[in-house]
Amino acid sequence: MGRLKTITRRAFLIGSVAVTGGVAFGAYVVGRDPENPLLAGLGDGEAAITPFVKITSEGVTLITPHADVGQGVYHAQALLIAEEMDLELGQFEVSPGEPSAAYWNTAMAEEAVPFKSTDEGFAAETMRSVMGGVFKVFGVQGTGGSSSMPDSFVKLREAGAVARETLKAAASARTGVPVGELTTASGEVRLPDGRAIDYTDLAAEAAGIEPVRTVALRDPSEWRLVGKPTQRLDIVGKSTGTTPYGIDLQIPGMVHATVKMNPRRGPMNSYDASAAEGMRGVEKIIPVRNGVAVVASNTWYAIQAANAIEFDWGPSPYPPEQDQHWDEVDASFIDERLNMEWRHDGDVDAALDGAEVISAEYRAPYVAHQPLEPLNAIVRVDENGAEVWANHQLPGFLKMQVAGVAGIEADQVTFHNQYGGGSFGHRLEFENITLATEIAVQMPGVPVKLTYSREEDFCQDFGRQIGAARAKGVVKDGKVEAFDLQIATTSAVASQGGRMGLPVGGPDTQISAGAWNNPYDIPNQRHRAYLVPELAPVSSWRSVGASGAGFFNEGPLDELILAAGGDPMEERIRMCTHDVSRKVLETVAEMSGWGSDLGPNRGRGIAFVDSFGVPTAEVVEVTMTDQGIKIDKVFVALDVGTIVDPVNFENHVQGAVVWGLGHAINSELTYSDGIAEQTNYHAAEGMRLYQTPEIHVMGLENAHKIRGVGEPPIPPAAPALANAIYAATGQRLREMPFNKFIDFV
Amino acid sequence: MKLTINGTEREVDVDPEMPLLWVLRDELGLTGTKYGCGIAQCGACTVHLDGQAVRSCQVPAIEATESDITTIEGLGTPEAMHAVQAAWVEHQVAQCGYCQSGQIMQAASLLAVNPDPSDEDIDYAMSGNLCRCGTYVRIRAAVKTAAKTLQEA
Repeated sequence: MGRLKTITRRAFLIGSVAVTGGVAFGAYVVGRDPENPLLAGLGDGEAAITPFVKITSEGVTLITPHADVGQGVYHAQALLIAEEMDLELGQFEVSPGEPSAAYWNTAMAEEAVPFKSTDEGFAAETMRSVMGGVFKVFGVQGTGGSSSMPDSFVKLREAGAVARETLKAAASARTGVPVGELTTASGEVRLPDGRAIDYTDLAAEAAGIEPVRTVALRDPSEWRLVGKPTQRLDIVGKSTGTTPYGIDLQIPGMVHATVKMNPRRGPMNSYDASAAEGMRGVEKIIPVRNGVAVVASNTWYAIQAANAIEFDWGPSPYPPEQDQHWDEVDASFIDERLNMEWRHDGDVDAALDGAEVISAEYRAPYVAHQPLEPLNAIVRVDENGAEVWANHQLPGFLKMQVAGVAGIEADQVTFHNQYGGGSFGHRLEFENITLATEIAVQMPGVPVKLTYSREEDFCQDFGRQIGAARAKGVVKDGKVEAFDLQIATTSAVASQGGRMGLPVGGPDTQISAGAWNNPYDIPNQRHRAYLVPELAPVSSWRSVGASGAGFFNEGPLDELILAAGGDPMEERIRMCTHDVSRKVLETVAEMSGWGSDLGPNRGRGIAFVDSFGVPTAEVVEVTMTDQGIKIDKVFVALDVGTIVDPVNFENHVQGAVVWGLGHAINSELTYSDGIAEQTNYHAAEGMRLYQTPEIHVMGLENAHKIRGVGEPPIPPAAPALANAIYAATGQRLREMPFNKFIDFV
Repeated sequence: MKLTINGTEREVDVDPEMPLLWVLRDELGLTGTKYGCGIAQCGACTVHLDGQAVRSCQVPAIEATESDITTIEGLGTPEAMHAVQAAWVEHQVAQCGYCQSGQIMQAASLLAVNPDPSDEDIDYAMSGNLCRCGTYVRIRAAVKTAAKTLQEA
């Protein structure tokens, strides 16, 4: 039997707000629910049961507000609603819905607190609750931080259950059969005499009654869809070229545009478009912000013409040469730039004093995002407002940004969120959206599709933060006795917040994310984070701080374990104080056959990182061949608490490993004369198919909180590879990308 | 100029040097073929010219007038999928899916000339197609499944 749950503080009432409990103002506001945005668009006989379920006589639409950037989250969200609502796959449509405060993301806020994800003490939980409240009050509908499943897991199942019970109540009112004798299955309410009423046939009556507020969520043993292999609802479309992305949409009367912006992100002094003006297909050449837009009848004409414009670009607001960026990072390990001492166990200074200290310095460069679908947006502005078609992870902020450029109110902006051709953090930014709006403002009533060339996309990419680490340690009696890690990076959070006009307070949680919260019991351990002043603008790059900090922790620690004469796997397991994490390590040891002989020129490396609350361990196996390092196999064990969509889970983990390894091997973003030196994929390849190893995945479900899987498999990949290469060759890699120091097949 | 696309003759009035990619996408609305890099580094724009996989961002429209052009829309449809597409569905390859039209066109071309490719053949033929989501493990498996299906057919 499911556990009975009374919904008290969530927004599952049609056209009213549920307010119970909470006497303090803050609690009252947090408890007060935003209005159901679906109500405004309803016709006669149509019901919107909760902000997540809309039923008309034509069919059922499930609202899946987390944006799908390729992570399959429309499907996973729909599974959660359909599970409780007794819908089969194929019996409903999904829609991201209109951006609304009703779709706040409380799980995203939880990651913004300075506590270990494994810390469930009073202070940590209270802080998470407060931050969740802040996000809810401001209506932050966001997708990111591997938060979609944590945010949706209970909320969407409750939405499905409320819909189910309300439909049963409507059926009971119509037939006189007591609710207790009604059942639901396959999109219909079933009566004891064998009759059945389709949900769509009950829409009008359901709209006229109070939603049922007391619902039982089913026990996991009863699940039909959640946790079972299912066919992703977008898989046929994406295998037949029929799923439209934002870049594919065609709005009647639409024109095509591209932009060329100052690649130094400074001002534009002047431009000469005389060569471009007469070119075929060109309709308009418009100065925008710090660059120029070309409007044409075809994207190719627009790109050709943009390339024919001569520019005089102003200087970059950041140091022009890459060495200067590294110099600033290196100068940041000083008290004035100490952002947070995250952890100090024992007495590190005393342990280092007079001992034989092992030191190492590690580096992680800027890296571009570059999802395969270039940045684009369609915007139409007229006297009634603005309409936007694009893929974006922050739809509420998007409306505010568009409104700001167009000089209108945010509620005059209609946003149609599209399938995204990848993001990796790229579609958290607004430049493509606001630039398309700038152009559209100058062409009232005309839908303007802005498409970036790949080169422009690279140039204007706000990459991963740049950073370095200084590690010191002491070993004694075969064990690591002291570990002191200092990390200095620029801040993705502050850079992003600055562009959005949002002040960012408190310590930067990302600088040491994945490092300080390691589960290792070392007698003396200290983690200090230093904030490097903004250099080149940066942004969230899949797994954010942990993408570098995981490497900074797990590389030096491996060095220390080996210096102590220990086994990298056995020592991590021995030092691990967290049961769920230890099980992850033990699992990956078993999967990989850790300890067995691999033969000559081969090696294994292990790394463990807990990011976004997911303990993740990876073992990488490599061979040193005549052509260089070949990655043979990767074994991954991780614990997300509950796996909602096991097929996508495996695909996602494999893809994240490829992402982590590929960029560690060959990708960086460097600046010369203030301009990014990498302008297309030949200069920042990531991994290709021939380099891809076997990737074995084991998802565990021992943790009691559900977590997202989009990012956590990335941080351990680079250090596991570096540790494996050391095991195979004796060469220690302390800086990404690794191909600067060793060849790869 | 006239182009024969998916068995249908289409008339377009464009700069003869316009890459086929942009004729397909912006002139004819065949948007299953994707723009990724414009310099033959990613393979997202892969189509068939007379059965052979080419990067449509590198083919001037004028050079395609004599050929039978097949795009992802012409390979199969959701109702009647090509064996490669069916294998892609079976293995649930796609994440964002943006590269998959090109991957599928590349794989279909490979299997047309090499019905029983080895792992090395697959590596060689498919490595020009980037997948930023990293679905390569599944692409490999799907190519093998499609090969088997086609051999049994």
